Amino acid sequence: MTDDALQRRTFLLGVGLAGTAIATGIPQEAEAQPQPAAPSPAAAAPADTEPFVTLTATEAAFIVAAVDTLIPADELSPSGSDCGVAVFIDRQLGSAWGGGAKMYRAGPFHKGKPEQGYQLALTPREFFAAGIVAANAWSRKNFGGKDFDRLAVGDRVAALKAMEDGKAAFDNFDTRAFFNQLLSLAMAGFFADPIYGGNRDKVAWKMIGFPGLPATYADKIDAYRDKRYVAEPQSIADFS
Amino acid sequence: MATRLKDVDAVVIGLGFSGAILSRELTKAGLNVVALERGADRNPADEFTLTRLRDELRYAVRLELMQDNSIDTITFRNAPDEVALPIRRFGAFLPGEGVGGTGIHWGALQWRFLPTDFRIRSVLTERYGAKAIPDTMTIQDWPVSYDELEPHYDRFEKLCGVSGQAGNLRGKLISGGNPFEGPRSEDYPNKPIKTAVGPAMFGAAAASLGYHPFPVPVATSSAPYVNPEGITLGACEYCGHCNRTACEANAKASPNVNIVPVLRTEPKFELRTRAFVTRLNYDRNAKRITSVLYTDMRTGEEYEQPAGIVILSSFVFGNTQQLLLAGIGEPYDPSSGNGVVGKNYCYQFEAGANAFFEGREFNPFMGAPGMSIAIDDFNGENFDHSGLGFFGGGYIVCTNAGAPPIGGRAMPKDEPRWGVGWKQATAKWYRCSTGFNTQGSVYAHRDNFMDLDPTYKDALGRPLIRLTYNATDNDHAMSRHVVGKLEGVIKAMNPTRYEMHYRPKNFTVVPYQSTHNTGGTIMGADPNSSVVNRYLQAWDAHNLFVQGASVFPQQPGYNPTGTLGALAYWSAKAITEQYLKNPGPLVHA
Ligand SMILES: Cc1cc2nc3c(=O)[nH]c(=O)nc-3n(C[C@H](O)[C@H](O)[C@H](O)COP(=O)(O)OP(=O)(O)OC[C@H]3O[C@@H](n4cnc5c(N)ncnc54)[C@H](O)[C@@H]3O)c2cc1C
Repeated sequence: MTDDALQRRTFLLGVGLAGTAIATGIPQEAEAQPQPAAPSPAAAAPADTEPFVTLTATEAAFIVAAVDTLIPADELSPSGSDCGVAVFIDRQLGSAWGGGAKMYRAGPFHKGKPEQGYQLALTPREFFAAGIVAANAWSRKNFGGKDFDRLAVGDRVAALKAMEDGKAAFDNFDTRAFFNQLLSLAMAGFFADPIYGGNRDKVAWKMIGFPGLPATYADKIDAYRDKRYVAEPQSIADFS
Repeated sequence: MATRLKDVDAVVIGLGFSGAILSRELTKAGLNVVALERGADRNPADEFTLTRLRDELRYAVRLELMQDNSIDTITFRNAPDEVALPIRRFGAFLPGEGVGGTGIHWGALQWRFLPTDFRIRSVLTERYGAKAIPDTMTIQDWPVSYDELEPHYDRFEKLCGVSGQAGNLRGKLISGGNPFEGPRSEDYPNKPIKTAVGPAMFGAAAASLGYHPFPVPVATSSAPYVNPEGITLGACEYCGHCNRTACEANAKASPNVNIVPVLRTEPKFELRTRAFVTRLNYDRNAKRITSVLYTDMRTGEEYEQPAGIVILSSFVFGNTQQLLLAGIGEPYDPSSGNGVVGKNYCYQFEAGANAFFEGREFNPFMGAPGMSIAIDDFNGENFDHSGLGFFGGGYIVCTNAGAPPIGGRAMPKDEPRWGVGWKQATAKWYRCSTGFNTQGSVYAHRDNFMDLDPTYKDALGRPLIRLTYNATDNDHAMSRHVVGKLEGVIKAMNPTRYEMHYRPKNFTVVPYQSTHNTGGTIMGADPNSSVVNRYLQAWDAHNLFVQGASVFPQQPGYNPTGTLGALAYWSAKAITEQYLKNPGPLVHA
């Protein structure tokens, strides 16, 4: 087993532990890079360990690095993975949706035009698996043989930007589609009810002022007309 | 071999609003009715409860209540010379399945069409001359008038407990309502629901420009209400999750809450769920449907259900597909313009805007589609089209339907979507943004139609319905005009900044735009120009009554459900009062 693989295996058991190189999947050299901002201690997520159930070690390392770049730690929230977004993605890809439930999968398959929407045979789980392989191959080619998760923070940002703009040309994979799926899944994880594994401690809801449940406002519309309504957000779990 | 079942008086295919209304009216008239619904039973007391419903991921993102595309979908292309490909997961529009159909997760804006909408070809001809209507614009008058439908609009509004402000009560204009609406025999059953801050600002700005703002009519009761079926509805909670979700307060109208509970206690009614209807058996000589074939999805068994009357209420795509598969009526051919089945497919794709008001507190999570304010000054023939180069129009609305956090965070386009700074941006704009929309009429075009796909099949082995659709020059010009008027109102609201969203050139099946699909089995005055007559009876099968927006000849600038509900009552009345006495064509061709 290479060092790399060993580190990823260890890391698989340790997700959710903020602040260590292993937990974030960021190697030492990347740690040395300046961080955009440090997470405030008040916003730190509970440090419980949540193992991945779907992603491989390589995939998990990619996803953690990606969500931490899309959702960097700052004064508003801990990093994406510390908010549970990587765990969310792991579970979503393992869910019925990730397995292609309610999706028409009969051929023949043609590329079609963008107006015709998604035309691949791949389920979301398979799409991400193939996309991560393509992204890492592109990363190795452009960043000195390193997988995406081994890149320094600044390079990760540059790499994602290149994917977003379609400037990164993956081999046999639609770069932009991959980036957009990644971004929308990460955002869904950050903002969904915490029962799905992300949005730990309702940190994203607190950030924008979304009160969560029960959302019965008939008696509050007039009282809070043009006045900010502030409430400690509640999730589905708070009622169970 | 299918097992042949005992004859019933009537079979209803699909149990959305249309199917539920027909089931109720026919059992009331003494008929034994069997409803076949391909999806699951959906019981609000068990399924549509708190906290379960307050789950944006499950309902709004993963589309819990929508049609299962692994079983059945449609194929799509923009133009006849392209290869249609299957919509692998629905996006632009979201038909439902299961008891209640699309009527569970709708937004519940319940409109009437304008009196002029029903005679649009005649009106345009009278006002602008016959030559002004392009040859490719295949619009036609409805074979039913506003006045004929009015009592049925009223009935459907009462069934649904619609909240609104009348603008024209028996010809008398009432300030604060929509002055352009057709005369209504009675006021809305409920007062309008509360208006939100953004829409109130929009209303003031619109009035300052001389327009006529009013609260949108919505099938969400503003106060507890007992509908004519004796069912008690709750009051709206302004939860902000209405679209794509059910309502635990029983305030938003749905077939499941407003009508199906009565059917469940009706001995003449039998509901069979997971019953996927694959085919209508058509006796061409007798011009009637003898039976319907369906597969019980729980066992795989196939059944043949003979029936005296067949109600086809399986949404636009299912309705058209069944007629094409059974060979009822002549399929439409866009190159010759001949044929009728599949003709005049129309789809509303919307254009809107976002405005941001720094420092204001809109509490956007407190929402309900009915908290919105609209103007109707630029809809249909409410304004003069001389010299404009297009026909049609739409209502303009400032919305406040709710802003759940995954999908409801509007942000100016130049703000970062991720990485450093995006959280600050989304937190900054979330609470002070308000959205706008323009609905728009779709005046049928010769090249927009449905037929059977030559390649792709559903899980039951039937050819999928193939959709050929694109926006037309007329509708683009209409939309630009209406969006321009919206921009004028937004400027008068004096926002920190705003962004207009124009329609894309080509219609695309992603992202969501509206589930306002119409046409394919259109109604009209004769069999050469339509599939069904004024009572929604098929010209070529007198015991077949086709329900839903598939019968609209073209699409006026409003959401469709108010009118399809009214048509369901109108058709039911003709069946129970005329057809039962003398089964045969109700209109002679
Ligand atoms: C998100 C959303 C918001 C909307 N908002 C509004 C709004 O604000 N205002 C408005 O006017 N409209 C709105 N609509 C549209 C509205 O929901 C529909 O117009 C209306 O519900 C259609 O009713 P229907 O009875 O004709 O069809 P449906 O409700 O679609 O019922 C058809 C039924 O037939 C069943 N079926 C289909 N094929 C078969 C088969 N082969 N065998 C057995 N059963 C079958 C289906 O499962 C379904 O239950 C909205 C729709 C959506 C998705």
